Amino acid sequence: MADKIDARGLSCPQPVILTNRKIKEMGKGVLEILVDTDTSRENISRLARQSGWQVDVKKMDVDYCLVLKKD
Amino acid sequence: MATIKNFFATRWGIVSAGVFVGVFAAVLQKLGNPGNMGICVACMERDIAGALGLHRAALVQYIRPEIIAFVLGAFIAARLFREFKPRGGSSPILRFFLGFFAMIGALVFLGCPWRALLRLAGGDGNAILGLAGLTAGIWVGVLFLKSGYTLGRSTKAMSFSGWVFPIAMVALLVLLLVAPQFGRTPEGTPTGPIFFSSKGPGSQHAPILISLLVGLGVGFLAQRTRLCTMGAIRDVILIRNTYLLNGILGIVVAAFIMNLVLGQFKAGFTGQPIAHTDTLWNFMGMALSGLAFALAGGCPGRQLFLSGEGDGDAAIFATGMIVGAGFSHNFSMASFATGPGPYGPIAVSIGLIFCIVLGFTMREKIA
Repeated sequence: MADKIDARGLSCPQPVILTNRKIKEMGKGVLEILVDTDTSRENISRLARQSGWQVDVKKMDVDYCLVLKKD
Repeated sequence: MATIKNFFATRWGIVSAGVFVGVFAAVLQKLGNPGNMGICVACMERDIAGALGLHRAALVQYIRPEIIAFVLGAFIAARLFREFKPRGGSSPILRFFLGFFAMIGALVFLGCPWRALLRLAGGDGNAILGLAGLTAGIWVGVLFLKSGYTLGRSTKAMSFSGWVFPIAMVALLVLLLVAPQFGRTPEGTPTGPIFFSSKGPGSQHAPILISLLVGLGVGFLAQRTRLCTMGAIRDVILIRNTYLLNGILGIVVAAFIMNLVLGQFKAGFTGQPIAHTDTLWNFMGMALSGLAFALAGGCPGRQLFLSGEGDGDAAIFATGMIVGAGFSHNFSMASFATGPGPYGPIAVSIGLIFCIVLGFTMREKIA
């Protein structure tokens, strides 16, 4: 079961702060993050890759689900 | 389209947006805009406030086409790339006052973060104090953000709410072109409701068409690349990420080179255009602005570009800035070439207290 964050509606940089805190806490595993803007999608993807996590983006209607993975 | 979209999200994408701003800010100055003010969101919104009669400082009144075009350029980009998403409802009244106080601080320093960079690129040493203050304010904002500060979530809004601010910009453009004078003084002389300066910075401007075209280009590129001066400094402090920083380095380097080429570079602290040398209040003015921008999630330019994407909260911040400019001049809070206005320091202090109260009280468990 993947950990989840709902960052929809949060303004920059809160989605990034929440993600940063969570990936540091987890160390590795699978994390799903819901976002509703392209800016949040780009910022979280950039942060995750910088921290060594793989990023998979799924488009869901008007939102995005980012799946972050690290083994 | 996908290739273009990918380019804008790269390091070179944001560098090119910064270079565009730097080059054309210097060019707009050459073509008539005031010194080191080829582009300045705070000063230009202040001029718009004056043109609408929200303040009557006769030297700073003009409907700056650049501001109109920033919003419309971002609007076009957002529509074209399917990123136009009407939204709002994240503490709008607090965002209004963050915009209000951000403007108070900016007019004590005399410029927004972009102008601080452009002043530096023009040789104005006082900009260093402003940029130091900006960084200090953002650093305090980051501490609040890390400890759980939030203005709450925005929600999706009806389509028209995202169109209102861009439409208001078109209305401003009409007022710029028509400049109605149907008001009358007691003697019967036409006056207002639109006021344009006949001398001083407000009277100095590049041709409208060129200002519009440059503004559209800046709005388009900045929407695509998320160019944001506050974000650039914040991301370095918060997550050691330099993506946005590339944009502001692009602005400084490009404007510096263009200023040298165009003979506009003049190094020093004294005698700089639309600037004062008061160390403390150059620092404190921008510190207030930096903190307010960090708490609102974007520099004044970024707030305009977000407004073009349909973000009603950003539009309210921008409106707060315009109203703040009116108060700043009416209440003698804006600085002069000789130093801060008589009520500037106390207004900055009140603004800092407001921001710190927000920082400590606006908390919500989200994750």
